[in-house]
Amino acid sequence: MKMRKKLFLLVLVMGLALTGLFASGDSENTIKIGFNIPMTGDSPKVGEGSKFAAELVKNRINEAGGLDVKGVKYMLDFIYEDNGFKPDTAVTAAYKLIEQDNVLAIIGPDGSSQAIPAGGVADENGTPLISPWSTNPNTTLDRPYVFRACFLDPFQAPVAVKFAEEQFNKEKVAVLYNLESDYSKTLAELFKGAWEDANGSGSVVAFESFGQKDQDFSVQLTKIIASGAEMLYLPVYYNFVALIVPQALELGWDQVVFGADAWGSADLVKLSNGAVIGDYFTTHYAAAGAKGETKEFIDAYEAAYGYTPDDVGALTYDALNIVLTAIQAAGLTGDLEADRTAIKDEIAGLKDYKGITGTMTFTPDGDPIKDAVVVQVNAAGEFEFVKTLSP
Amino acid sequence: MFTTLLQNVFNGLQWGSFYSMIALGYCLVYGVLRLINFAHGDIFMMAAYFAFFIGTALLGLALPIPGIVVFIITLVVTMGLTAGLGILIERIAYRPLRKKGANRLYVVITALMVGFILENGNLAVLGASALRFPDMINKNIIEFAGIRLTNLRLLVIASSFVVFGFLQFFVTKTQIGMAMRAISYDKFAIPLMGIPVNRIIVATFAIGSALAAVAGILFGLSYPVLNPYMGMIIGWKAFIAAVVGGIGDIKGAFIGGFLLGFIEIFVITFFPSSYKDLISFMILLVILTLKPTGFFGIAKSTKI
Repeated sequence: MKMRKKLFLLVLVMGLALTGLFASGDSENTIKIGFNIPMTGDSPKVGEGSKFAAELVKNRINEAGGLDVKGVKYMLDFIYEDNGFKPDTAVTAAYKLIEQDNVLAIIGPDGSSQAIPAGGVADENGTPLISPWSTNPNTTLDRPYVFRACFLDPFQAPVAVKFAEEQFNKEKVAVLYNLESDYSKTLAELFKGAWEDANGSGSVVAFESFGQKDQDFSVQLTKIIASGAEMLYLPVYYNFVALIVPQALELGWDQVVFGADAWGSADLVKLSNGAVIGDYFTTHYAAAGAKGETKEFIDAYEAAYGYTPDDVGALTYDALNIVLTAIQAAGLTGDLEADRTAIKDEIAGLKDYKGITGTMTFTPDGDPIKDAVVVQVNAAGEFEFVKTLSP
Repeated sequence: MFTTLLQNVFNGLQWGSFYSMIALGYCLVYGVLRLINFAHGDIFMMAAYFAFFIGTALLGLALPIPGIVVFIITLVVTMGLTAGLGILIERIAYRPLRKKGANRLYVVITALMVGFILENGNLAVLGASALRFPDMINKNIIEFAGIRLTNLRLLVIASSFVVFGFLQFFVTKTQIGMAMRAISYDKFAIPLMGIPVNRIIVATFAIGSALAAVAGILFGLSYPVLNPYMGMIIGWKAFIAAVVGGIGDIKGAFIGGFLLGFIEIFVITFFPSSYKDLISFMILLVILTLKPTGFFGIAKSTKI
């Protein structure tokens, strides 16, 4: 009896595994694109933004009968893999998309901590990958198959310093960053370097860090306040901003907080209960006051999902359209390896591609040359355009 | 410099209070059953979510009652619900194993699994979006000798002492408490004395979970961004605090929690903050090497 029960369980498990294998069978005339995005974990809103933007594009194209590639219509098939905002899961997801799902190209991961390892996997396996949102240089460095749709930290940090000097006219700044995030750490160090170049060494009066699972920042903030800093640079994700800024106000911080593009989530104001109102951050696009195709995208997104898309949604939209444009230009032969390489070559050769987050031309490293914008969180909780920062 | 130091003393007291309250729950269950209830941090997390729903619903009704009453109602209901959750976990996960006389190791592994089930169950039901905990208490900032406190911080610190005092009283002065200690002393002889072992164990889980609920609500109020994994690391660290204090001893768990809180806070005060966990846990390691039973732990024999 016991034996039979075990046997039954074994058959059940194997059956489940097999259905999983066959379920992903190929059919003619579809284009498969993989998404390696965080739908759970610390920053799920990031993955949600990517997925919703992709669904908009997919529905529009599929309802029109498919994507026209050299006279043949192809239906789009998107495979969303959740990387949980974790580097190791992002690597597993990349392998699954490349080897099991046989996707033509991958969009994502969004965050640099995941995009750096997953980009390595894609490059080794000759699969084009565009990260919509990863600003860390290492994501694309020496990886011909890896691209991004956003600007880089070595660009973001110095323009942020330049803007802060002009706008706030302060000398002493404090920096608080997340030690466990490549994104946050790199940006913090670059900002510190650029600030000290401009204002002399010792002008960064506090340089503090915290860990990914920390929720109490009172000591770091006490140190920062005691240091006499006149501005706080906070290059961390929105979920931390929502904890740090209110705690800082409680401890008596009354100066401006300046953030980076990871602030740009639709959840920022809600989670921080308005504590960030009046603060500034550098980002990829400003939703309030957008025009043209950008506005069309924002309107369609708001109509479908009920809130204004954040920058990661807009960048995913661009990244996806870059891939689709490249597929249309390259044509499809049916040979997966050849097609993947042809798509990579087309992306690398794009000139002045007009995306909704700006005009892009890729450098040989796979990074676009494009503008950054500074936005301020206004009293209504919207991200209001302040200034464009050009390279 | 002095005000910074004083401010950090209060920062440490607040942070240590959370470790202490969670460590007390670990300690209670361990003391009675010799079971390291690794799901305790996740019970704490669930309590914060219960409180989120109750508090949001109550505030949403816009009843003509002050926030403090909403807080008290939320606290009581959440403690009840969380105690129920603790009992449920004991019934479903631990009692069947105990009945079969399974080795304690299997029960500990089961506890870890229960923790993962709570985290991922929460994730599956509520989705991954972080939630904003409702502000039930109006925060007032109190300036005192150059340092800044909030009424909430004082409440957190006071609560940890109340929880400790209650537990100490309960275990040493009441009949159920006496029965708990008796089970800890000899769980085979106790049923022969006519003490309903299972009922006492249920009471242990209910109380331990209700204490986690107190910590969970206060944590939600202090750090109002909720996510399903919020209980994991703090739970593990509180467990370490309980061990350093001498697991099984209520006083030990209480002091251990504050010790860990203070070590973490003062490591950041005097060293670069990037070394926080590295230095903190090296200090704890040294303490355990010198005194493997923790500060108040006794090598064996009666615990709690």
